[in-house]
Amino acid sequence: MIVDTPLLIVTDLVKEFNDGETSTTVLNGLSLSLYRGELVALLGPSGSGKSTLLSILGTLMRPTSGRFEMLGFNLIGARDVDLTEFRNQHIGFVFQAHNLLPDFTALENVMFPAATRKGRETSVDRRRATELLDKVGLADRRDFPASKLSGGQKQRVAVARALMNSPDLVLADEPTGNLDRESARRVMDLLIDLNGTDGTTFLISTHDETIAGQCRREIRLLDGRLARERH
Amino acid sequence: MTYSFKVALRYLASNRAQTALLIAGVAVGVYIFVFMSALIGGLAVLLLNRTVGNIAHVTIQAPDRDPVSLYGRDSGTLVAILKSVQQRTTLQSAAAFLPTIEAIPNVTSVAGVVAGNGFLTKGEAIAPVIVTGVEPDQVSAIANVAGNLVAGSGDLTIGKALIGSGLAKTMGLRVGQRVSIRSERNIDATLLIGGVFSLGVSSVDDGAIYVHLRTARVLFELPDGVSRLEVKLDDLRLAPDVARRIANTTGLKSIPWTEKNEQLLNGLVAQARSGDVIKGFALVTIVIGVASALLLSTYRRQSEIGIMRAMGATRRFVVGVFMIQGGLIGLAGGLLGAGLGYLSLLPFPLPEATSSTGLPIAIGEGAYGTAILLTFIGAIFAAIWPASAASRVDPVKVIGP
Repeated sequence: MIVDTPLLIVTDLVKEFNDGETSTTVLNGLSLSLYRGELVALLGPSGSGKSTLLSILGTLMRPTSGRFEMLGFNLIGARDVDLTEFRNQHIGFVFQAHNLLPDFTALENVMFPAATRKGRETSVDRRRATELLDKVGLADRRDFPASKLSGGQKQRVAVARALMNSPDLVLADEPTGNLDRESARRVMDLLIDLNGTDGTTFLISTHDETIAGQCRREIRLLDGRLARERH
Repeated sequence: MTYSFKVALRYLASNRAQTALLIAGVAVGVYIFVFMSALIGGLAVLLLNRTVGNIAHVTIQAPDRDPVSLYGRDSGTLVAILKSVQQRTTLQSAAAFLPTIEAIPNVTSVAGVVAGNGFLTKGEAIAPVIVTGVEPDQVSAIANVAGNLVAGSGDLTIGKALIGSGLAKTMGLRVGQRVSIRSERNIDATLLIGGVFSLGVSSVDDGAIYVHLRTARVLFELPDGVSRLEVKLDDLRLAPDVARRIANTTGLKSIPWTEKNEQLLNGLVAQARSGDVIKGFALVTIVIGVASALLLSTYRRQSEIGIMRAMGATRRFVVGVFMIQGGLIGLAGGLLGAGLGYLSLLPFPLPEATSSTGLPIAIGEGAYGTAILLTFIGAIFAAIWPASAASRVDPVKVIGP
């Protein structure tokens, strides 16, 4: 269910990278809004600014200028510790490379966002993580070390981890990029299903037009600007 | 268990070989620390025992006859008694203080002695001597004379004398011979040499004679009282404290051995300092070892640190994970090194029983607790830099979205 209230608004977003000699503008006055419950595909050629946008929306990177508000909070100029707390509670990540902690089990990986916030693993979180693993079809793999899981299984654990703290926004960067066709289909089906049932907003960066076609909205970037949008 | 503790433990457990090597490295440093402490401590014990083990640890004398005012200034006339240097200071009521002094903790024996100077004569040979008169049952109360006899017996009946081996050699004396002695009071006596002792302290062996207390009373014209009380302690390092306590309790002048052996004390302090330097280097090695290993770990785990940060782990959490790793390595290495140190020192004899070629090891001086504590603190200190580096890892650079 899509709610009319914007989850986040970015206005005139600019991001420049300066290596001392040359300056590169990756985002060049980008403005967009995302709404609660949306399933959005972020498209664009390499270098168009997709990853930089995801990093800024994920509060992992600060823009050079512009406005960025989410859930009514102005995130520009917020302290690092506040951004970390905000990220932990409101944003989930699914990376192209699953990025699980290899020395931890599937269950421990899923619980990580909650445990690091509370400073301990609670039984409530253990139950929630187990439910999420069940939801992504990996209940029988909960005690497997992450390093022993297949690529598709790792990515599904990563999806479960992204949902652990019931975030308002999940940012997925090429979530099926490293998977075979069958695993990619399962992961996409899972994201679409979770979007439909939980109402979590998903912004999925992809080069795959088929995946983009499964999303209800497409945002295309070109040279750091919004090139085209489909609703 | 806090979550950062769990993550730290998991990291240490995930690379067991590296962790074991790291702990072993720390343990070696701690072992050196413990060994050096025991060796330096043993050397000190050996030196002290050989140099001051056979002298009184505290000597109690009568208070000085300091000049005193007999009338106040208000009277207009000041009458004073000058300090006497001609009269002997003797403890007339020494016996009354004995129970009090013997009851003071760490005091093992107290002996009243009548002592003075004299000249020993045998034929044409004359030698200055220090005569000490003691009760026969107290002849070894301070110096272990009976235990260090090289000839004769330790029986100290009236008319007999026990003489030092150096003196015996110089004068050509043997057990069973008779010698003449003239005291500082010009009283002569003839003594039978009953035994010859060698304490290993030349000042004693070359010029000391032990005689029966009553013989000494005659020689020095001291029908009652004693020249001084000599006190032996179970731990001679406590002498200044015990002397203070005796002085406070009895009002008598109490002199610890440390006051008369400043050079020896300075030497011991210098020796302890050089030991501290070596132990300091061992600690620095530990700190560098832990810091470099943890720094390598932060580089190796950069992507995982990035993942954690992206998942909402604070910088403080990351710092905690690496600091805890440092602390655990320090604690484990400290316990292992101190334990191995203790076990390896067990076979060594006490410093007093060490042969001239052996190492004087005092197992009780190993400073095990200090070694563990300092290593623990040092390892945490060593983890600060790696932990700080880990907390500054930029998630975007190491994992990106």
